[in-house]
Amino acid sequence: MPGEMVLKGKAWVCGDYADSHQILPEKYWQGGSKVGTLNMEELGKHAMEGADQNFAAEASSGKYSFIVAGRNFGGGGKSIEHPIFAIKGAGVKAVIAESSSRYFFRNAINNGLPILICEGVTSKVRKGDDLEVDLSKGEIRNLTTGARLKFAPLPDALMEILKMGGYIPYTKKKMATESSRK
Amino acid sequence: MAKAMTLTEKIMAQAAGLAEVYPGQMITAKIGLAYTMDTLGKIVFNHLKSMGATKVFDPEKVLVVFDHFAPATDVNYANLHNEVRKLAKQFNVRIYDIGNQGIMHHIVAEEGYLVPGIIAVATDSHALTGGGLGAVVLGVGATDAAVAMATGELWLRVPATVKVDIHGSLPKGTMSRDIMLYLMGQKGWDGTRAEWAYQAIELTGETVRRMSMDSRFALCNLSSDAGAKNAIVPPDEVTRSYLERRTRRTFQFFQSDPHAEYADTISLDVSTFEPQVACPHSPDNVKPLSQVLGTKVHVATISSCSGGRLEDLHIAAQILKGRKVHPDVRMIVSPASQKIYQEAVEDGTFSTLLKSGVLIGHATCGPCHGGQLVILGDGEVCIGSVPRNMQGRMGSAEAEIYSANPAVVAASAIRGSIADPREYF
Repeated sequence: MPGEMVLKGKAWVCGDYADSHQILPEKYWQGGSKVGTLNMEELGKHAMEGADQNFAAEASSGKYSFIVAGRNFGGGGKSIEHPIFAIKGAGVKAVIAESSSRYFFRNAINNGLPILICEGVTSKVRKGDDLEVDLSKGEIRNLTTGARLKFAPLPDALMEILKMGGYIPYTKKKMATESSRK
Repeated sequence: MAKAMTLTEKIMAQAAGLAEVYPGQMITAKIGLAYTMDTLGKIVFNHLKSMGATKVFDPEKVLVVFDHFAPATDVNYANLHNEVRKLAKQFNVRIYDIGNQGIMHHIVAEEGYLVPGIIAVATDSHALTGGGLGAVVLGVGATDAAVAMATGELWLRVPATVKVDIHGSLPKGTMSRDIMLYLMGQKGWDGTRAEWAYQAIELTGETVRRMSMDSRFALCNLSSDAGAKNAIVPPDEVTRSYLERRTRRTFQFFQSDPHAEYADTISLDVSTFEPQVACPHSPDNVKPLSQVLGTKVHVATISSCSGGRLEDLHIAAQILKGRKVHPDVRMIVSPASQKIYQEAVEDGTFSTLLKSGVLIGHATCGPCHGGQLVILGDGEVCIGSVPRNMQGRMGSAEAEIYSANPAVVAASAIRGSIADPREYF
């Protein structure tokens, strides 16, 4: 549900430099640009395929709520939003990374996918660990190991966008409010 | 008195209506230009519809350029193009369509839409090219572009600035892109360690001040793949004379304050530089030309947002004049715009290239991303004045791509293997 402030579930972990090709191999980008639409469910079937062939199938049962990643997650210089839709389509509620590429960060927030930057997260979380993540407090509790991690909460402006489910619904509401004032 | 700010910070402060901004600050900024292309136009316009928008914030500041698969290369693209045409008409947005097509990062400057002092956004990562004009130009996703087109505003985070102070004269055979290729090799590209991620790269110094606009665009273009947020050249008289013939928009020249704070300052003497080559399969696998001389090539291309400007065509013609492309090489040229095409026809550049056995294609991004004009087969090796060389980018995953300046590309086309242009001047 968009706007949830405390998220719970299992983590799936990948290393440094998982770029857009690993999140969603290029052969699936065409689908989006050719037909000019992005099908979340369809792209979700191929999420993380470039890093782990089994991820999407495992995630389809709702197994993983979090992708925990190393440095420069979502790099590779692609401004396309297909990788975000793939991750959302696989049922992932948030990405927690040591660092993220600029395009991935913007596109994730803009499409209602929380992206949290937390240094040291890959050393405190293993695949399958149960996490509880408090977006507004900036706290991750690893329920499996008992470890706690802090991260800088997202700025208020971005939290507002996430609460609305993304930049499109956020702008829609803003424009509607402004035009009703006129 | 406001705090000392860098050029990028000043432009962002003005766009946010603030006296000062600092790195890391979240702002809502006015967007002075937003543009998209054939492949993402439909998604962008559909987002506008989802927001309930019936028009764009300013039809003079929103643009579609057909470049990626232009003209259409199959029925899917033909249909997509028609849908984008219909949507653009509904929203009263100008399309640079077939006949006026070209690479959007060049078209916006050439046609006078992009001017110094504004923030501009485009749905493609090579948008950073436009920073050569002294504007903050950012690559964004389709969602951002749609919000910018509907409202004329976007949320942005102010980047820290890295200053690259470049001095010395570039030796014969080297061009501006060699500087950025060298730096990419040092700093890593966006797919890996990307030390420049999120930062503004300010390119300054006497070497940059002496550069033509074509060279400045190429310099900024190559920084895109270093993961930077934007690249920017301080505007000067070269910028002003470029604008004089092109734009009717009002513009502002901003300069960094003398005591502005930089995240890092790099000083680079380029007077002993040699051409740089990005080797397969990553833009930061950069080697000096001398280490890759003799590598056999099958395809040579001068094209793209990175290397298809008039200056690039001129240097190629200078080297190829009176010589032939090697019989085992296919050389394919694609200018960045229809206007460049026309100039190259009128000044005899294309005549020289045709006599050398070069195929002259139209203006499109196609050669660089394997969309049209250049498609590599298994085992083929290409050298091109293109920004990217990732595996499979130009067709077969079994092919290899070297990226280098147009002089190196032309010399290699003659030799049939990677060659030093200094032997042909």
